[in-house]
Amino acid sequence: MLEIKNLHARIAEDEAEILRGIDLTVNPGEVHAVMGPNGSGKSTLSYILAGKEDYEITEGEILFNGENMLDMEPDERAAAGMFLAFQYPIEIPGVATMEFLKTALNAQRKARGEDPLSIPDFMKTVKAKAADLNISMDMLKRPLNVGFSGGEKKRSEILQMSLLEPKLCVLDETDSGLDIDALRIVSEGVNKLRSPERAMVVITHYQRLLDHIVPDVVHVLSRGKIVKTGDKALALELEKNGYADYVDAAA
Amino acid sequence: MPAVQETIDQVKAIDVDQYKYGFVTEIESEKGAKGLSEETVRFLSAKKDEPEWMTEWRLDALRRFKTMLEPSWARVSYPDIDFDELYYWAAPKSVEGPKSLDEVDPELLATYEKLGIPLAEQEILAGVEPKNRVAVDAVFDSVSVVTTFKEELKKAGVIFCSISEAVREYPDLVKKYLGSVVPVTDNFYATLNSAVFSDGSFVYVPEGVRCPMELSTYFRINEQNTGQFERTLIIAEKGSYVSYLEGCTAPQRDENQLHAAVVELVALDDAEIKYSTVQNWYPGDKDGKGGIYNFVTKRGDCRGRNSKISWTQVETGSAITWKYPSCILRGDNSRGEFYSIAVSNGHQQVDSGTKMIHLGKNTSSRIISKGISAGVSQNTYRGLVSAHRKASNARNFTQCDSLLIGQDCGAHTVPYIESKNASAVFEHEATTSKISDDQMFYCLQRGLSEEEAVALIVNGFVKDVIQQLPMEFAVEAQKLISISLEGSVG
Repeated sequence: MLEIKNLHARIAEDEAEILRGIDLTVNPGEVHAVMGPNGSGKSTLSYILAGKEDYEITEGEILFNGENMLDMEPDERAAAGMFLAFQYPIEIPGVATMEFLKTALNAQRKARGEDPLSIPDFMKTVKAKAADLNISMDMLKRPLNVGFSGGEKKRSEILQMSLLEPKLCVLDETDSGLDIDALRIVSEGVNKLRSPERAMVVITHYQRLLDHIVPDVVHVLSRGKIVKTGDKALALELEKNGYADYVDAAA
Repeated sequence: MPAVQETIDQVKAIDVDQYKYGFVTEIESEKGAKGLSEETVRFLSAKKDEPEWMTEWRLDALRRFKTMLEPSWARVSYPDIDFDELYYWAAPKSVEGPKSLDEVDPELLATYEKLGIPLAEQEILAGVEPKNRVAVDAVFDSVSVVTTFKEELKKAGVIFCSISEAVREYPDLVKKYLGSVVPVTDNFYATLNSAVFSDGSFVYVPEGVRCPMELSTYFRINEQNTGQFERTLIIAEKGSYVSYLEGCTAPQRDENQLHAAVVELVALDDAEIKYSTVQNWYPGDKDGKGGIYNFVTKRGDCRGRNSKISWTQVETGSAITWKYPSCILRGDNSRGEFYSIAVSNGHQQVDSGTKMIHLGKNTSSRIISKGISAGVSQNTYRGLVSAHRKASNARNFTQCDSLLIGQDCGAHTVPYIESKNASAVFEHEATTSKISDDQMFYCLQRGLSEEEAVALIVNGFVKDVIQQLPMEFAVEAQKLISISLEGSVG
C-alpha cells in the first residue's frame, strides 16, 4: 500500500536535511510502529506523507497504491485515503466540530465522485462513532479543537479517522498528552479500525502505546534513517535500554 | 447569444405577446441634460411629477451642495468625480447597457451560475438593455407575487411603496420625516442625494402593527429601476415592528459608477426596526476597472422610548464602499445594534463602520464588525461611539475583528470613543488574525480543497453576524462570501 524508497528531504526554508534515505514498505492490514528519539525525523515523515509544503524532497519517491504520492496535493491524498492524526490538532474558531466533520466527509465523497451523505444518515453515523469514543453531542457542537482538552483533541482526531475511513492511517504521537483512561479509549478506537484492507503507521516515543495498539513491525528511526527493524520485542528492548545504541549507530 | 435566445424561445413556447408588458425604448430620449444645475433638478422633479414643495426641497439641497467640498478623510482613493459630467435623469440601463449577456463580463456570469440564478434574472442583474429583455418579465411572473403581497400588507395597514409614489400619495408623512434623520446638509453625498435622488422605498408601519412579512426590495426589482441615487425612508410608529431586507446576493452591474444612497429610519416609542443589507454591486474586473463607487448615508433615529434599531450588513461588492449605518439613541432606554461583515478582494476598498450616538438615559448599543480582506484590497473599520452629557448609564460593547488572507491586503481599525458622561461604560475589543498555513494544511489533510477550506474558516469567523440575518438570507450570504473570496489563496 505504501512504499517509501530512499527518501531524502530537507526543510525548504533553511535547507537543513531531516530525512536521509528512508525505505519503508507497509502492506494492507499491517500496523507499523515508528519509534525514535526527539529530532529523529518522525513528525517530518508524517508531514511529508500528508503533503505539507514546508519540506523539499531531494531524492527518492513515495508510492501510495502504486501512484506517485509526491505529485498529489494534500487534499487529493486525503481523498485517496491518506489520513494523518495530528500530534497538535489545529483550532478552527467558529466552526462547530459537527460542521467540520460533515464538510470534510462530503469534500472527500465529492472528490471521489460520490453524492453527499444525507443529513440523517450522517447524524446517525457520527452519533454511533462518537459514542464509542466517549464524545458527547455537546462537544460536537463546540468549535473544532477550540478549548478542547488534550484528551478531547485526540479523541476528536480518532473520530475523524473513523468517519473518513481512510486506507492509510498515520498517527503522529497520538499518545502524547493522554492520561491512562484516555489512552485506553483512543487505542480501542484505533484498534476498531484495524482491518485487512487498512494499513497504519503509528509514530511514538513510548512502548506503552504499543501495549494497546500492538504493531506487526517496529522500526527505529534515528537521524533521518531507519536503523533497525524488528517485531514487537524490539519496542520492549528500546523501553529497557533507551535509544542510545541506535543514535550511535546512525552517526 | 445563447442566453437571450433561450429566454425568447421559452416565451415563444408559452405564446406570450411580447409587447403587452409595455416595455418601451423611449427611455433613451428621456435622458436629461448633462450636469448638475437648477435646470436639471427642475427637469427631474417635473419628470417625476412632483409637487412644488418637493422641487423646492431639492433646489435647496442643490444650492447647499454647491457650497460643499468632497470629504477626503476616508481611507479610499479614486479619480476625481466630475459632477457636471454625470446624467441625473436617465434610466441608467438605457445609457449603454450590454446588448445581451454575451457582452457581460464572463466572470460575472460564472458567479450567477454558481449562485443558481435563473437566466431571466441574470439579464436583469447584468443590466442587459430592456429592449433586448422584453420577454423576461413574462417568464419572471413577478406581477402576481407583488400583487398578493401588496394585498396582505394593505390589510395590516402597512404602506410599502416607492418614495416617488409616497411624495404624491402621502405628502404629510414625507414632509414630516424626510430629512429629519439625515438633514439635507448632513454630508456631501447626502446633500447630493437630496438634490437629485432618483427613487427608493417608503415604508410606514402604523401604531401597534407587527409587519406580517419581511419587506424586501427584491419584490420591487422589476417594478422600478431605482437608479443611482436611492432614497429610502422607513417609519415605525409606536409599538410597531418591521424587518426590511435590501439588496440581493447576485452581483448587480450598473453603468453608473457613482452611487450615493440615503436611508433614514425613524423608530418611535417601543418600536423596532431591523434593517438587513446584502450589498454585492459589481466590484470591477480583475484589474479593478469598472467597479461601482458606493457612498451611502444610512442612519436610524431611535426617537421614542424603548425603541430599537438594528443594522445588519453583508458587504461584498463595489470598488469603493463608504458607508456608516448609524443609530441616534435619543429615546430613553433605546437600543442600537450594528452587525457587519465587510469582505474585500481584488482591488476593492472598503471604509465602513457605524456611529452610535447616545443621547438618552440608559441607552445601549452593540457593534460586531467582521472585516475580511484578500487580494490587494484595503478594508477599514471606522466607528464612533459617543455619550452626551445627559446619557446616563449609556452602554456600548464593540467587537471588531479583522481577518487577512494573503500577503498584499490591509486591514485597518479606526475607533473613536467620546464620553461626556461619567456613568457611561464603553467596551472595545479588537482582533486581527490571518488564516494560518497550519489551519489550511489541517483542512486540506481532511480532504477540503483550498477554496472549501477558506470558505469554512471564513464562515466560522463571521458566524456571529450571519446569525443575525433572517434565515433565508443567511444561507445565501454564506455562499456569497465564499464566492467573493474565490481565488484569494494559492
